[in-house]
Amino acid sequence: MLPTNVLRGVKFLDNNREFLMRRLHSLLGVIPIGLFLTQHLIVNHFATQGVEAFNQAAHFMANLPFVIFLEIFVIYLPLMYHAFYGLYIAFTAKNNPGHYSYMRNILFVAQRYTGIFLVVFIAWHVFETRFQVAIGAAEADFNMMENILSNPFMFAFYVLGVLSATFHLANGLWSFFVTWGITVSAKAQRYSTYFTLLVFIVLSIIGIRALFAFV
Amino acid sequence: MGEAAKTVIFEIERQNSTDESSYWEKFELPYRANMNVISALMEIRRNPVNIEGKKTTPVNWDMNCLEEVCGACSMVINGKARQSCTALVDQLEQPIRLQPMRTFPVVRDLIVDRSRMFDSLKKVKAWVPIDGTHDLGEGPRMPERKRQWAYELSKCMTCGVCLEACPNVNEKSDFIGAAPLSQVRLMNAHPTGAMNRDERLNAIMGEGGLADCGNSQNCVESCPKGIPLTTSIAALNRDVSIQMFRNFFGSDHMVD
Repeated sequence: MLPTNVLRGVKFLDNNREFLMRRLHSLLGVIPIGLFLTQHLIVNHFATQGVEAFNQAAHFMANLPFVIFLEIFVIYLPLMYHAFYGLYIAFTAKNNPGHYSYMRNILFVAQRYTGIFLVVFIAWHVFETRFQVAIGAAEADFNMMENILSNPFMFAFYVLGVLSATFHLANGLWSFFVTWGITVSAKAQRYSTYFTLLVFIVLSIIGIRALFAFV
Repeated sequence: MGEAAKTVIFEIERQNSTDESSYWEKFELPYRANMNVISALMEIRRNPVNIEGKKTTPVNWDMNCLEEVCGACSMVINGKARQSCTALVDQLEQPIRLQPMRTFPVVRDLIVDRSRMFDSLKKVKAWVPIDGTHDLGEGPRMPERKRQWAYELSKCMTCGVCLEACPNVNEKSDFIGAAPLSQVRLMNAHPTGAMNRDERLNAIMGEGGLADCGNSQNCVESCPKGIPLTTSIAALNRDVSIQMFRNFFGSDHMVD
């Protein structure tokens, strides 16, 4: 009687491609992207120990054996899949934090907004650093970051980028535990909230400290 | 202020049929002690005159049990989906705004068509198959404590509030929502129902199934029956994780 097959949920059950894509999206967010982000922020933290320490660490990372393959398979491909499929997920939601202002729903919306912002931030960040190095226009060292972050607007942009990334990872980790059926009970999920809050705070401190070391 | 002078103001989002556009109409009714939204709607039906004193058509809504067990009278009241029978006027901020649950096709005014939920229950095989050509005898016994726990899941009245509250159930997605998923957990928990548990798990691994949940957890906050919907979803996630590996690596038996 009433509209369309789609509305009445007839379209589903055809296959489990969407299920596998979602699971892959969840997995890649943590392994390897979450691990890479943690490693990246920790290496950046060398900046707090001075120019020499940072340059040495950056040099070590940039000259790892097979670095281009590490970058492609550990960073670029997983990150692009996570970013583009994530945009699709973000834009299929009908956010409603106004009337349903529960904590988890607000975090749900924040996860989508930080995700969209991160696509922009990371694209710019990669262009400004890694891409410039690749075309030989710059060298990835303390100076480069010092130049970038001396602009107060860019500094604010980077602070926002780091906080969005640490939030998106911490909150995504919480969802990861639910999605894979690790935290089932309400109690387990509450403790998981405390744990991921701690992850957010610790990673944010590491990331922000590094940014301040450049100015 | 005297009781006689007290009135209640309602703003109702109305719509004549599924394909027509909606409009708002205001009503002012005399206050009565212990009024609920349904009794106010009955008052409007008795005397369909809007706040401007113009005669209008009575507002249509759906109802049945009037004690929050059937789910028929669900609507959006002051922005939140809930049953209108248990929405007491004394506890609501005025003007009281009534809207249909737009996640579903609107039939007329506040009446929606919840067929998609019943279709979803069929898709996920939310029943215990016992029909056969001969008497199958008694099924396995269910532990009493498990029965008590499962009873909570069985309170679902397919009212649609969890779908309306869910940001991932909308016209852009096929997500079936929390209610049918939790029914899968209920049917899989039943000792006879468990004999087909892999079929239900594979069904919710399909399009619009479990994976579309974004963990906003609005469902569990909104469920009028207090069903632990997000626990059900997480528990199914665990079951489905195992089922996924079982499907992929192969198993010589699909059900325990």
